[in-house]
Amino acid sequence: MRLAQHMSVASDRVRSTVIEATEFPELSRAYQVMGVPKVVINDRVQFEGAVPEHDFLGAVLQAVETP
Amino acid sequence: MPILTERDQAAVRKEFERIAGPVKLVVFSQELTAPELCQQNEQLVREVAELSDQITVEILNLAIDRERAEAYHVDQVPAIVVEGSRDWGIRFYGVPLGYEFSNLIDSIIVASTGEPTLSEDTLASLRALASDVDIKVFSTPT
Repeated sequence: MRLAQHMSVASDRVRSTVIEATEFPELSRAYQVMGVPKVVINDRVQFEGAVPEHDFLGAVLQAVETP
Repeated sequence: MPILTERDQAAVRKEFERIAGPVKLVVFSQELTAPELCQQNEQLVREVAELSDQITVEILNLAIDRERAEAYHVDQVPAIVVEGSRDWGIRFYGVPLGYEFSNLIDSIIVASTGEPTLSEDTLASLRALASDVDIKVFSTPT
């Protein structure tokens, strides 16, 4: 899931954290991680599995949309 | 006992030919919280840093170096911040082995170049972001 890190470099607005799920069981539980990779953006938008760049960007934009 | 095999080292050295500038790996540990993982993480980072003279390592303690941790938004250990000419916002929580290891190596390279491999459309959308984005990627070594 290198897209997240590349997006961090592309924008000062973006911070990305790769979390080793088995070493952080509490975080994994809190974010209901059942399968990996699981991506959670701004605690609002989430998806499982590798996705193409366009879909990943769509999720990022959805996460910053005003509700 | 090294974590990286000679074969791993050779593969990483080859990848590191693309490093374009200095990279600092800032490691946060806290022996009381996760002694074995923190030790393993520090060892891994040191072994990686030995494979390029562009990489430096700074080891901090989450409990003692609180201001630094807050500035980096780091609140877990073990953690790694991958910095290039500036802090791009790349973090790893946990020991990045297996699949995450290749992610770490790729992060080091993109942090050094400052040139993400993304489409023009994606770059334009990211440049136009008006609010902060926090991306968490849960992963496992295999």
